[in-house]
Amino acid sequence: MKEKPVTPELAREHGLSPAEYGTVLGILGRTPSLTELGIFSVMWSEHCSYKSSRIHLKKFPTKGPRVLQGPGENAGIVDIGGGLAVVFKMESHNHPSFIEPYQGAATGVGGILRDVFTMGARPIASLNSLRFGRPDHPRTRYLVSGVVSGIAGYGNCIGVPTVGGEVSFDESYDGNILVNVFTLGVVRHERIWRGTAAGVGNPVIYVGSKTGRDGIHGATMASGEFDEKSEEKRPTVQVGDPFTEKLLLEACLELMRTDAIVGIQDMGAAGLTSSSFEMASRGGTGFLMDLDRVPQREEGMTPYELMLSESQERMLIVAKKGREGEVREIFEKWDLDVSVIGEVTGDGIGRVRWRGKMVAEIPIAALTDQAPVYDRPAERPGGQDALQRLDPAGLPAPSDLGETWVRLVGGPELSDRKWVYRQYDHMIRTNTLILPGSDAAVLRIKGTRKGIALSVDCNSRYCCLDPFVGGMIAVCEAARNVACSGAEPIGLSDCLNFGNPEKPEVMWQFRSAIDGMAKACDAIGLPVVSGNVSFYNETMGKGIHPTPVVAMVGLLEDASKRRVQWFSTDGDLILLAGEDRLGVNMGGSLYLKEVHGRVAGIPPPVDLAHEKRLQEFLREAASADLVSSAHDLAEGGFACALAEACISGPGSAMGARVLNPFPEATRPDFAMFSECQGAVLLSCAPANRDPLLDLARRFRITMKELGVVGGEHVDIEGLARVGAAELRTAWSEGFAAALGLEG
Amino acid sequence: MKTAVLVFPGSNCDHDAYHALKHGIGVDADFVWHRRSSLDGFDAVVIPGGFTYGDYLRSGAMAKLSPVMGAVRRFAEGGGPVIGICNGFQILLEAGLLPGAMLVNDSLRFVCDFVHLRAGTDRTPFTRGIQEGTILKIPVAHYQGNYYADERTLSSLEERGQVVFRYCDPEGNVTRESNPNGSARNIAGICNEGGNVLGMMPHPERCSEEVLGSADGRRLFDAMVAWLGERPA
Repeated sequence: MKEKPVTPELAREHGLSPAEYGTVLGILGRTPSLTELGIFSVMWSEHCSYKSSRIHLKKFPTKGPRVLQGPGENAGIVDIGGGLAVVFKMESHNHPSFIEPYQGAATGVGGILRDVFTMGARPIASLNSLRFGRPDHPRTRYLVSGVVSGIAGYGNCIGVPTVGGEVSFDESYDGNILVNVFTLGVVRHERIWRGTAAGVGNPVIYVGSKTGRDGIHGATMASGEFDEKSEEKRPTVQVGDPFTEKLLLEACLELMRTDAIVGIQDMGAAGLTSSSFEMASRGGTGFLMDLDRVPQREEGMTPYELMLSESQERMLIVAKKGREGEVREIFEKWDLDVSVIGEVTGDGIGRVRWRGKMVAEIPIAALTDQAPVYDRPAERPGGQDALQRLDPAGLPAPSDLGETWVRLVGGPELSDRKWVYRQYDHMIRTNTLILPGSDAAVLRIKGTRKGIALSVDCNSRYCCLDPFVGGMIAVCEAARNVACSGAEPIGLSDCLNFGNPEKPEVMWQFRSAIDGMAKACDAIGLPVVSGNVSFYNETMGKGIHPTPVVAMVGLLEDASKRRVQWFSTDGDLILLAGEDRLGVNMGGSLYLKEVHGRVAGIPPPVDLAHEKRLQEFLREAASADLVSSAHDLAEGGFACALAEACISGPGSAMGARVLNPFPEATRPDFAMFSECQGAVLLSCAPANRDPLLDLARRFRITMKELGVVGGEHVDIEGLARVGAAELRTAWSEGFAAALGLEG
Repeated sequence: MKTAVLVFPGSNCDHDAYHALKHGIGVDADFVWHRRSSLDGFDAVVIPGGFTYGDYLRSGAMAKLSPVMGAVRRFAEGGGPVIGICNGFQILLEAGLLPGAMLVNDSLRFVCDFVHLRAGTDRTPFTRGIQEGTILKIPVAHYQGNYYADERTLSSLEERGQVVFRYCDPEGNVTRESNPNGSARNIAGICNEGGNVLGMMPHPERCSEEVLGSADGRRLFDAMVAWLGERPA
C-alpha cells in the first residue's frame, strides 16, 4: 500500500500551522512520514498540548502541604491523613457528546475513571456538570436523555457511584453542550503509580481492549470549532465498553498490588501516541514499539491508524524486565488482551516499527520541549459595557410574588434533579452518606472515621458578565458548598470550557476567569491539582458562556459531623449567617433571566477574606454540633434558598416562618430574589442558639435570627406565603415538565 | 460458619456484600471466583449484583455458564441457603433455579432509589422471623428488574408461598405507584419451592447500617445466621 505523501497542505489539514510544520521539519531534519505527521498533529493539538492555555494555567496555586501530585500527571493527588490520599480529576467530553450523546458521555466517564485508577486508586465516586441549550430547544430533550443514560450506562456498569453534579440550561449551549465528568479515588500512599517509562530494557506492555479504527483524531476534533458538517464527525466518537473497563480496573489494581511494574498510563486522547510519548518524556527515556504486536480488532490497519486510534479501555504499562509473566497471568485471568509491544530505550528517541520497517523516529524531548506555546492576544469585548448595563428600577414588578417564587423553584434551573440522579447508581460501594440533592455529597472512607465531601459548581451567567468575578465565585461557591456540609476544602480540579482561543475576546474571558479563580484559590488556600481546558466550544462562530467549572473536594475528619442543606426538625431556629453580605444585586440573577428574560448587569461582589472566615465558621459550627443544617444562598436568592431548605429533604416538606432580612424599603421582588455571595441559611436547635451566636462573633460573621421551622407554609413575613406542599410539588415535577420528559 | 460471595467478570456489588457480612454482621466471608467448581466448606452463598459480562446478552445469560454455577446448583439441591441479589437474581432465573424472567424496566430507564417491600413469607433462611406483612426499606438499582412469568406460574408462586417480597408504599399497600419497574404483581423477590434459594432485586447489602439510610437489609443476613445456627449439622 502506498502511503500518502506528506506536504505542507496535508500538514495544514492535520491542524498544524505553517510555523508549526516548520518546527516539525526542523526537529526531524527531513519530511515526516504520514505516521509522524499524525503523531505531531495530535501531540500538538490544543487538546493535548494546552498550547493556548499553558502560560495562563501557571497562575493557579498548585502546591500545598497536602498536595502529593499536582497538574501534569493523569490526575492530582491530595493527602487525607492516615496514610491515605484522594486522587481526582475532571475532564470534558463536550464535542463527542453533542454529536453522539450516549457514547460521548459514556466514554467521558470511562476516560476519567481510567485517569484515576491508572494512578493506583480505586475510584469511589463520580460527579458531572452538564450544560444544555434552552429546555425547549428541539434538540435539548434528546441530548439530556442521551447524556444522562450514557453516564448511567457506563458508571453503573463499572460500579462507581455517581453522587452529585449540576445540570443547567442556557441558549448559549444550544449548539454546543458541555459534559464535564469528575472521578475521585482513594489510594494508600505507597501504592501510588505514575505514568513513567524508566529503566532501559524494560518491556512496554499493551493491555485491555483491542485497537480498532474508532476515534481516530478525536483530540483534533476537540480542537476545532463546530459547523453544520459536525454530524459527519460521528465516526470520530468512540464507543464505550464499561464491562471491559471493569475488568481492566480490577486487573490493574491487582497488578498494582505487586511490584512488577514501573509505570502505567491509560490510552486516552491520542491513544497509543500520547501514552507512549508522555511516559517516555516523564522518564527521560526513549522506546521502540512494534505495532504488529498491538492486539487489533480490524484487519489492515495502517501504522497511522494504530498510533492515532482512540479505542477505549486500553492501558500502556512499563514493567520490570523478567516480570512479564506476572503481568500476563493477571490480565489473562481477567480475559483481557496483553501483549509486550516494545521496550524502553536510553537514547531519548521514540521509534515505531511496522512490518519490519521504521515508520516513526522522533526525538521525544524535542516533541515536548518545542511544542508550540502561544500567548494569544486578549481583548475585552466591545459589547461588554453594554452587557453590564442594568437599571433594576426599570424592571416591572411581578403581580404575584408567591407565584413567581413557585415558578423559579419549579423551573429548569432549580427544580429537583431526581429525574437525573435516579438513573445513576449513587449508592453502590455503600459509602454515600449524603445522597445527591444537598449542597455537597458526602462519602465515608471505610476503615476510618473520615468523610469526603464533593461539590461541582459554576454560574456561567456571572462568568459571561464578568469572567474575573465569575471565576472567583465558581471557586467560592464550590468551597462554600463543601463547607456547608461540614468539610474543609482541600483541593480542586477544574474544567475550563471556553470558545475559540484565537479570538481575542475569548482569550480575554479565559485570562480573566483564571485570574479570578487563582485569586480566590490563593485567598482561601486551595490548590488546583488537576484539570482540563476545553476550547473551541463554538458552533457557527457563536461561543458559549465562559464556563470554568470547579469540582471541590473537602475532608471531614469525622464523617459523623456532616450536615445537609435541608431543615429536619419542627421548632428549630432559622438564622442567616453573613447577613451583611445581602444586597440588592440583580445582575446575572436567575430572577432577571427567568422572569425578565435578560442576562445583564454585574455579578454580586465577593469578599474573599469574609468568605474564608465564613467557611471556617461553618466547619466549626458543624463539628461542635451547633447547627442542624446549612444551605448557601445562590441562584434565586434568599427566598429560593429558604424554599430549598424546606422542601429538598427526603421526608415530607417542612414549613417555616421567617422575617424579611432586607430593609423594609427594599422592593419586595428584589428582597426575595436578589443574589449575593457569602450568606448561608442555618437551622439549629433552640438550645444551641447562644453558643452559635458566640461562635459567629468569634469569626466576625454577622448573624440574624429569622424565624422557626414548622407549619404548613413557607412564609416570609410581609413578602410571600406559599404552602410547603405546593412548593414541593412544583419543585419535584419541574425538571421533567420543563423538558417534556416522562416523570 | 462461612459465606461464599461469588465473583463473576462484571460483578460489582461483591465488595458491598462482603462488607455487610464480614464487618456488618461479623460472619466469615470469602470471595469465590466464577471458575471454581466447588463450594465445599461454605454454609451459604451470596450471588451479588453487577453487570456480569456487561449484560450485553440477557442479564445473567452468560454467567449461568460459569463453572461455579454447577456448584451452586448442587449446593441448592442439598438445601443450602442461596441468595441472589439484583444481577444475582437474574443469574438464578437464567440458570433455572428460580422461575420467570426479567424484562427492562417499564420506564426504560435505570432506577436507583429506596423502595419499600412487604414481606410475604418467613419460610426462607433469609426471612426467618420476618413476619408476613413486615415493611422493609431497601434500595433498588437496576435496569432490568421488571419480573415476568406467565399467569399460571405467578399464581403457583403465590399459592406455594414463594413470593417473598412485593413492592409497596411506606404503609405497606401494594400499589401500582410503588412499583419501580413494572414487575408482575409487584414482585420484588421470590424463592424456590424448597425455600432455600431466594432471588430479589432490592439490595439488602446496601442498607445494613443506619448510616446508609436504613438498616433493614441487615435483618436478612441476621436471619440467615440464625437459621444456620439452628440447622442440624
